[in-house]
Amino acid sequence: MFELLGIPPQVLLGQLLLGLINGSFYAVLSLGLAVIFGLLNIINFAHGALYMMGAFVAWMLLNYVGIGYWPALILAPLIVGAFGIVLERTMLARLYHLDHLYGLLLTFGLALIIQGLFRNYYGISGLPYRIPDILSGGHNLGFMFMPNYRAWVVVASVIVCFGTWFMIEKTRLGAYLRAATENPVLVGAFGINVPLMITLTYGFGVALAGFAGVLAAPIYSVNPNMGADMIIVVFAVVVIGGMGSIMGAILTGYILGLVEGLTRVFYPEGSAVVIFVIMAIVLLIKPEGLFGRAA
Amino acid sequence: MSDAALLHVEGLHGWYGESHVLHGMDFDIREGEVVTLLGRNGAGKTTTLLAIMGILGKRTGSVRFAGTETVGMQPRRIARMGIAICPEERGVFSSLNVDENMMLPPRIAAGGLELDRIYELFPNLRERRRSQGTKLSGGEQQMLAIARILRTGAKLLLLDEPTEGLAPVIVQQIGRTIAALKKEGFTILLVEQNFRFAASVADRHYVVDQGRVIDMIPNAELDANIDKLHGYLGV
Ligand SMILES: Nc1ncnc2c1ncn2[C@@H]1O[C@H](COP(=O)(O)OP(=O)(O)O)[C@@H](O)[C@H]1O
Ligand SMILES: [Mg+2]
Repeated sequence: MFELLGIPPQVLLGQLLLGLINGSFYAVLSLGLAVIFGLLNIINFAHGALYMMGAFVAWMLLNYVGIGYWPALILAPLIVGAFGIVLERTMLARLYHLDHLYGLLLTFGLALIIQGLFRNYYGISGLPYRIPDILSGGHNLGFMFMPNYRAWVVVASVIVCFGTWFMIEKTRLGAYLRAATENPVLVGAFGINVPLMITLTYGFGVALAGFAGVLAAPIYSVNPNMGADMIIVVFAVVVIGGMGSIMGAILTGYILGLVEGLTRVFYPEGSAVVIFVIMAIVLLIKPEGLFGRAA
Repeated sequence: MSDAALLHVEGLHGWYGESHVLHGMDFDIREGEVVTLLGRNGAGKTTTLLAIMGILGKRTGSVRFAGTETVGMQPRRIARMGIAICPEERGVFSSLNVDENMMLPPRIAAGGLELDRIYELFPNLRERRRSQGTKLSGGEQQMLAIARILRTGAKLLLLDEPTEGLAPVIVQQIGRTIAALKKEGFTILLVEQNFRFAASVADRHYVVDQGRVIDMIPNAELDANIDKLHGYLGV
């Protein structure tokens, strides 16, 4: 078979697939951050911890209650979303009139507490979560081996991301959300319950993180630090994409996953930092982000 | 008299933070009337509308709508009682198209205008239904800002300087619209700087100065009071 710059295509495609899978998580997570930031004006630093919580809730459901992967894919996001709603009602809601630095500090603190609690009870060695039977194994595509579960992760993230995009950009409910993002005072003055919208939006945004956590559970081992590692990269993704755009958050997530994969092929030493290098360049050239609107 | 009023404002004070802007506004609007607030820039007209709507956070005194005290209520509850605002800056949403802007304010009661009737009043908007809200001309944005509060069933409309910065033909069209809305049974509180326009549509005028109502002039007696009014407005 052909070779590209001396790289066998299996290696190239394999790394691209790996990049696409990482990109799937980046996309779902940065989408949630963008939705939350849009309406709440809060940079949700707890997002990584809630992603980790999603994975743990799936693990607990399986090991304590015997509830398997498929129900967990619905239940864990609901549980994480409900937890987020409690956080929003009891704490975040008190900060909206302050600078968004306060929201960032609060959610950063919450992330440390949540991670600390899980570390305390479950250690840091990581807990295994089995791939559901129906998705075990894989297919030989001729040029490479495609594990079924990884293909599912990509498909599931695409469905969730574009479903969310459609809901926000094309539906009546989404019009409320967009309007409240622009001018919450006027939307409230039309008789719409904006505080309720804010609460549900936060719940939805963190439920997305919980969903990503369940998707991740069978791939990465379930451990208390998985969110902290992920969130740093996702913040860079969000900075590159710009906070202003839903589609921007999604596309930037996938693209940067792929870029990371490509870097792993051509310059493996750079793969861990390439996203941050891109972030620095974007900040220099277009500080509002690739898809962001200038403030 | 006050019980017959749809809106009764008495001793209304209002603040932006520490800054005391309304100093005891008193006025009434009867059902079906078009009433203006006239006054110089900075007199407190916009602030009065914001206070009625509940958007101005710090306010005291009394604002009774259809007999119910609203001065302690949240804006969304006040809206649900049947008051709707067309703000001075228009507040057309740029991330929504014309249709979405139009459908945004929820129906709060029966009796709002049908969409077809609204597009009859504003034919230009019908052609631009898919356009992004802020891609419209200033006049079209103003019409959209008025149009979208007509379907909700609100009885009292608060219109803040709807003619500001618009070409004469558009001002005339808005004047005809206000007359049509009066016929439809809406009650309208109109803030205006354009005094000729105000005279062409209103039943009565309240003159506002430094956060107080200092005079009330029925439209029929406007000519007789024209010099006095010019004095108030500093024209
Ligand atoms: N957001 C605000 N914060 C502080 N003061 C304000 C604000 N908006 C208006 N004011 C002040 O309140 C007074 C009344 O303003 P306003 O009601 O907008 O006047 P009008 O609509 O009659 O021109 C003015 O002195 C103005 O400077
Ligand atoms: Mg004004």
